[in-house]
Amino acid sequence: HTSFNFSSSSSSLSLSLSLSLSHRKGFTVFSKSLYASTVTPHSSYLRMSESVAAEHDYIGLSMEAAQMSDNKTKTRDNNNNKNDDVLNFKATELRLGLPGSESPERVDQRFLSLKSSCPVSGAKRVFSDAINGSTKWVFSPGSATDVKDIKPAVPVKEKKSSAAAAPPASKAQVVGWPPIRSFRKNTMASSQSQKQGGSDNNNSETEGEAKSGAEPCLYVKVSMEGAPYLRKIDLKTYKSYVELSSALEEMFSCFTIGQFGSHGGCGRDGLNESRLTDLLRGSEYFVTYEDKDSDWMLVGDVPWEMFICSCKKLRIMKSFEAIGLAPRVMEKCRSRN
Amino acid sequence: MDLRLPSKVLEHILSFVDSNEDRNSVSLVCKSWFETERRTRKRVIVRNCYAVTPAAVARRFPEMKSLTLKGKPHFADYNLVPDGWGGYVWPWIEAMAAKCPSLEELRLKRMVVTDECLEKIAASFKDFKVLVLTSCEGFSTDGLAAIAVACRNLRELELRECIVEDIGGDWLSYFPETLTSLVSLDFSCLDSEVKLSDLERLLSRSPNLKSLKLNRAVSLDALGSLLRLAPQLVELGTGSFSDKLDQEAVAKLSQAFSELKELKSLSGLWDVLPEYIPLLYSVCPGLTSLNLSYATVQMSDLVELITRCSNLQKLWVMDLIEDKGLEVVASSCKELRELRVFPSGAGLDETNVAMTEQGLVYVSEACPNLESVLYFCVQFTNTAMVTIARNRPNLKCFRLCVMEPFAPDHKTQKPLDEGFKAIVERCKDLQRLSVSGLLTDKAFEYIGTHGKKLRMLSIAFAGDSDLMLHHLLSGCESLNKLEIRDCPFGDTALLENAAKLKTMRSLWMSSCCVSFGACKLLSQKMPKLNVEVIDEHPLETRPDSSPVERIYIYRTLAGPRLDMPEFVWTIHKNPEIGVSHLAIK
Repeated sequence: HTSFNFSSSSSSLSLSLSLSLSHRKGFTVFSKSLYASTVTPHSSYLRMSESVAAEHDYIGLSMEAAQMSDNKTKTRDNNNNKNDDVLNFKATELRLGLPGSESPERVDQRFLSLKSSCPVSGAKRVFSDAINGSTKWVFSPGSATDVKDIKPAVPVKEKKSSAAAAPPASKAQVVGWPPIRSFRKNTMASSQSQKQGGSDNNNSETEGEAKSGAEPCLYVKVSMEGAPYLRKIDLKTYKSYVELSSALEEMFSCFTIGQFGSHGGCGRDGLNESRLTDLLRGSEYFVTYEDKDSDWMLVGDVPWEMFICSCKKLRIMKSFEAIGLAPRVMEKCRSRN
Repeated sequence: MDLRLPSKVLEHILSFVDSNEDRNSVSLVCKSWFETERRTRKRVIVRNCYAVTPAAVARRFPEMKSLTLKGKPHFADYNLVPDGWGGYVWPWIEAMAAKCPSLEELRLKRMVVTDECLEKIAASFKDFKVLVLTSCEGFSTDGLAAIAVACRNLRELELRECIVEDIGGDWLSYFPETLTSLVSLDFSCLDSEVKLSDLERLLSRSPNLKSLKLNRAVSLDALGSLLRLAPQLVELGTGSFSDKLDQEAVAKLSQAFSELKELKSLSGLWDVLPEYIPLLYSVCPGLTSLNLSYATVQMSDLVELITRCSNLQKLWVMDLIEDKGLEVVASSCKELRELRVFPSGAGLDETNVAMTEQGLVYVSEACPNLESVLYFCVQFTNTAMVTIARNRPNLKCFRLCVMEPFAPDHKTQKPLDEGFKAIVERCKDLQRLSVSGLLTDKAFEYIGTHGKKLRMLSIAFAGDSDLMLHHLLSGCESLNKLEIRDCPFGDTALLENAAKLKTMRSLWMSSCCVSFGACKLLSQKMPKLNVEVIDEHPLETRPDSSPVERIYIYRTLAGPRLDMPEFVWTIHKNPEIGVSHLAIK
């Protein structure tokens, strides 16, 4: 079971965690809304996190953490003290304990005790779901309807008696746990969906070649001239050239720094297809794709729906001479420039 | 008097030295032995592609015939390494093409292989024979076609669990009619259908074919005709085992199976229907390896198969086998050496309750040669582990995955410390260990104290403090690879035991509490280590106290690598943030 149950001793604690989606799909930071949630008084780590700027989903540690370092006295011996002096680590030691807790209590507060010796972000990682990026795995105590709620934990004592009981309705999924290779996960998922008649799409967001039964994904390779590696994107997740362009820009911005979006930061609003081609024309890079007939075409010429049906591969080019663009496209390029 | 052996004599002697470990020792004796050894080494293995530059390897071993490379860290298998991290094989192929054009074999694990790479291989190595790609990605079936068409003496083409962009099944047709040397073909990870006629023709002209692993798209019907063309197979991976066949077809298939007199290994069996299990009975007695990990059949059907496999040494199965089924394994498969039990739950959140720790106990009791275990289970007990350890002190690899994080002993609610203690104490030759369940620092104290032969250790959701890491790094003398996720230790143990890291191949830590400052310090202290900080969401200003998402530390002669993506930082001598350098190809 990958179920995560947690509670505080007296009341149920709804944990809010910020999640970031994979860099591949852009990422959304939920911290603002999540940290506005109610927090029980004795969860000191949550108090701490509230003081952190909401924009960051990465919780930087404040100096309060250093004060908690006394919790770790049991682990120190003489040798270490010397080192500590030299490296002055006590001051920056990342320790966090619930008030009054010396050694972590495993009963009741198993989950919290992990964080009692670790800053929030470490604990958050236990439950964060960065890579798969499925929005179903966003946790929020609020009333947001598109997220799952985490049920309060069942303390260990209770767990004993309910060992045979059904697991809670919603489960927290953790990246890479249980440790099963993607290949196996995808294969089993597609077995399941075949058996269910392709109705279930749960695993469509996994990396690589997820087979999601009825709904095919349209994975295409995106390469960029001069870049040492390619990306893969699912064309079905975009609804227009605008969306595609921003996604590509984000993905490859480390290579182009400033070239893609350098046109006056007009942002993504108001960009339509012709603007996209202007943008592309103006910048040093342009996007081409290989179509069903294996011709290389400029992106943006045909209606979107037609494009996703015929696009096999994408390539971001610097010089249109370098690639064999279909003759009519070459003419177009030349006439534009 | 010159006491040196003439190099010709030394060369001759060295031709009998196969093991690379021994050859490494030989090369340390003196300069002339180093020279002779390096000129005669044919099989080169680089277990971390970033530990050394391709040019250095090519220079050192000019007579290289076989190269094995591993790229990404192991945890990449579980999506813990972001896409684009690295592991590109291109620079290696370039270097080998230039310096070692007589390369014949390439075996890659967890690397990024593009179509361009495959094309380059096809173009550069005239006598290329063996390509084995395990858990690789980045290429398409077009690249396979390039290999097929150009490698006239191809012997092995194996794609094991690779992520391949599958453009279509035509690649198989690119094998020329003149190709008759094929010994092994594995395309089990591909999705699309291959043309049956292409495959049949290929089999008909491959009398040496010993291993054939089909993909799921190959139907049961097709299997019959294929088997008839290759009755000499030693390893078979079937395609989908679920079409509805008529009586005649079933009879033919049964006949085809019974003709496989040499068959030792069976896998595939995707979606096998219970009524087809009897088709396999004829090959069971000869099997030494059986992979049922994709066979979604119930215990009773599995048992029917397994009772007939008395020579089985390796069994991979799903937890559908249940404790009862494992009891049958215990009584039938006395030669068993390796057991892997995978979870069958679809979303991995439903598991078969009828399989518990008891199943593994049965097997440990009755199978005297059992030395390698991978066991996914919902929960476990200390007593079971103690029993297993007592029964099987000859265990070399013990990987227990209690699927619920922090799950204690389900009978006593205690941590599983004592269980793992028994394992490391009794199994003196234990080389690989994966721990799970509720574990305190004590467990790691035991591992540090007793796990002297331990080379690889995987830990998740365990421990209480820095002591945990300290025990491991100071205690486990043979530790080579350590991978940890979601454990609450911080900087201290890491920095104190920094010297240990030079003796290890690599250390992976993700979602632990190591600070950026510690990474910088470590990197400064240890010039021969690459300390890679892998952070997809770093703070803009990064204070030293901020924790890092993931760290990958490995020893290297090559210095910081040049192909890092934007989310990987290597901090070197200068305590500045090293922005990733991109080598433009």
